[in-house]
Amino acid sequence: MRSDRRLSKLADLTLKVAGLLVTVFGLSTLAVLLFDIASDGLGRLSWQFLTSFPSRRPEAAGIYAALTGTVFVIGLTALVVVPLGVGAAIYLEEYGRKSRWSRLIEINIANLAGVPSIIYGLLGLAVFVRLLGFGRSVLAGSLTLVLLILPVVILSTREALRAVPSSLREGSYALGASRWQTIYYQVLPVALPGTVTGLILALSRAVGETAPLIAIGALTYIPFAPDGIWSPFTVLPIQVFNWVSRPQAEFLRNAAGGIIVLLGVLMLMNGVAAFIRDRAQTKMHL
Amino acid sequence: MSSTRRVNIEVGVEWGLFLCASLSIFVTIGILLVLAFETFQFFQTVSPLEFLFGTTWTPLFFDQQFGVLPLVAGTALVSTVAMLVAVPAGLLTAIYLSEYAPTSVRRVVKPILEVLSGVPTVVYGYFALLFVTPLLQNIVPGLSGFNALSPGLVMGIMILPMMSSLSEDAMHSVPRGLREAAYALGATKAQVAVRVIVPAAFSGISAAAILAISRAIGETMIVTIAAGQQPRLTANPLVPIETMTAYIVQVSLGDTPAGTIEYQTIFAVGMLLFVSTFVLNLVSNWLRERFREEYS
Amino acid sequence: MTSHSIPSLSGVAAQSAKKHDNSSGLKTDSTAAKIDVQDLCFFYGETQALKDISVAIPSNRVTAFIGPSGCGKSTFLRTLNRMNDIIPGVRVQGRILINGQDIYDKATDVVELRRRVGMVFQKSNPFPKSIFQNIAYGLRINGMGSTRSELADRVEESLKLAALWDEVKDRLKESALSLSGGQQQRLCIARALAIQPEILLMDEPASALDPIATQRIEELIYQLKNDYTILIVTHNMQQAARVSDATAVFWLGRLVEYDKTDKIFTAPSEKITEDYVTGRFG
Repeated sequence: MRSDRRLSKLADLTLKVAGLLVTVFGLSTLAVLLFDIASDGLGRLSWQFLTSFPSRRPEAAGIYAALTGTVFVIGLTALVVVPLGVGAAIYLEEYGRKSRWSRLIEINIANLAGVPSIIYGLLGLAVFVRLLGFGRSVLAGSLTLVLLILPVVILSTREALRAVPSSLREGSYALGASRWQTIYYQVLPVALPGTVTGLILALSRAVGETAPLIAIGALTYIPFAPDGIWSPFTVLPIQVFNWVSRPQAEFLRNAAGGIIVLLGVLMLMNGVAAFIRDRAQTKMHL
Repeated sequence: MSSTRRVNIEVGVEWGLFLCASLSIFVTIGILLVLAFETFQFFQTVSPLEFLFGTTWTPLFFDQQFGVLPLVAGTALVSTVAMLVAVPAGLLTAIYLSEYAPTSVRRVVKPILEVLSGVPTVVYGYFALLFVTPLLQNIVPGLSGFNALSPGLVMGIMILPMMSSLSEDAMHSVPRGLREAAYALGATKAQVAVRVIVPAAFSGISAAAILAISRAIGETMIVTIAAGQQPRLTANPLVPIETMTAYIVQVSLGDTPAGTIEYQTIFAVGMLLFVSTFVLNLVSNWLRERFREEYS
Repeated sequence: MTSHSIPSLSGVAAQSAKKHDNSSGLKTDSTAAKIDVQDLCFFYGETQALKDISVAIPSNRVTAFIGPSGCGKSTFLRTLNRMNDIIPGVRVQGRILINGQDIYDKATDVVELRRRVGMVFQKSNPFPKSIFQNIAYGLRINGMGSTRSELADRVEESLKLAALWDEVKDRLKESALSLSGGQQQRLCIARALAIQPEILLMDEPASALDPIATQRIEELIYQLKNDYTILIVTHNMQQAARVSDATAVFWLGRLVEYDKTDKIFTAPSEKITEDYVTGRFG
């Protein structure tokens, strides 16, 4: 009996320690990764690096084309995904509550969220690049990313709408407001911070996406900044990928520098999202 | 505003929003049509049997062979390594966080885990190629520069947060009554966790694992950067291989005109990829539904 | 049961009475009634929440609706301004005539109905906007104020009607959420009054308030009834006795008795009514 107790206590302790170790291992991998990148790439960061175009000579190469490409592409993506995603979320949450068609759309969106990102690239290639003739342009890239992050935007916007108390809607209806008036004047303003936060997080995912843009043919060597939505382009992760694929050590250093810039952009976006979320929390508890 | 005008605006707005919502249906139809069309074209030249069961994949060489099994093997190999890391580690992490860790620890750990899953995959690819592989080469003799082991491990770490968080949700849904009954009988946390909670949450945890596999199969950049471009039907994780996703990237980087057989191969492989992940997601959902029914 | 003096109802209806079926000792000519409910049945999906309700409610009076929880009082109130339309799967049978017109008729403009029949909710629900904007919103969507000065005038009017003006006149731009519970509820009343309804539906307006705030609301109701027809649902029988001219008793979805408040509380005709008001069940 006694040894049984002791055995189970030992097992308990083992499990606890094992769990702790594994958790720590997972977390420390992140630390190791960041440290590795930093040590490889921090030295490479410089004004020159940020403002130069890629080049055959690694010392002269810079990330400017990729950075502006990212800004262009993500900017256009944001512009298109907001009306489509927020519109769809409003419909599903406020209008089509119980209809069977809405159920079908919901299931469909959940499925789309699980499709590998490169498949979206193939879709974009066939439809935007070829069928609609947009070519390998910023437009094609942005639209492909729109389709990719649309499910995420819809889901997070729906959450934000759901968080608006129904008493607000009731008060508006009782005054004789129509459904759209209620949504536009009462529900949306309250759901805005949550919506914007979700949007920024979805866009930050898009910033890191490489595969779908490669599939639509975003070239990896672009020594110019995009000059419009029809322009060819490259983005930060593709530029990093390009450099990582070269054997020369100097290019690898460039890759590390590029990663730091990429992570910096992501941190900035997530920081803004967190800031908005916090400010909204405090405002609500007036 | 007159009431007819008001009604018109209402109806118009509702229709506009409805179209936005229905767009997603068109996306799915689009994916299916695009993949099916090109795959169909592909099968005019290459028989489905040769594609699905052939063991040599050389569409880009002079002597073209279209057996996709090497790509499937490459994907399976990397995913298996990833699962061997992510499932046990994710489950252990979930058990630790939900049963043992104090709230303060949870509050710090969970956001960091989220960061782990938010790191762009190119970064993981860089890490796998330039840090993990050289590191492992010191430990594992005969490990080549491109291999399945290194990206598999890194992928496992990337998927770990997802596995952990979904498992935690599943364990959390197990009714308190079960937990309390076990503790009241004098069981240790380990016994409760391993003998009561995990079995009770089993379908939920399996759903999480299957979703993780689906994610691993669809992952592209880590394997493109670190696993190699040599399609090879093997179970050896120490040599270069090529996954389905990496193949698609490889062709996309080149200059492949539309309508050629090479162009069609990326859609055929894409179709295979889509079907596999779709089926896995369906199974995962089915398991999750069953799990929810058990406990409501 | 104490009741302060409420003007007697018998002076109102000079015309001949038309008696309604369900134990209504109230002699009200249904053609002069503000709200005339005829055989109303209400269903949430398969469940029937209201059974054959018929009642004629006169104008410029306060009518209280009492009864144990869950017996349909709030549901009934919400049929009068078609707020139940928002809930999917509900069904209405019977007729509700307001000013002689069936509000469930296809030709009825629901928006206009909700302007004429205002509602105050149990838990005050001011919009998370400024005090001014709370009232201006209703005015704007009903096209009742295009210029700033028009809006400002009407906002001031309604705040005075709700006895809130003096307390907030210097802070109209502040958030409505910064007001106390009682003030928020009076703001909601002002918001409803601003669009000039004829009928005011109040669903347990004071149940979340402290006694002092409750008293102010009750005084307000007493002042308002000269110009509005007020229906108030309450589970507080003393409140019903204090404030209303007539009382309707609900039980399990049926209207059990409808009579002058005095009579309901001192000499009810139905046993259920007597049991309920004497506290034998609740």
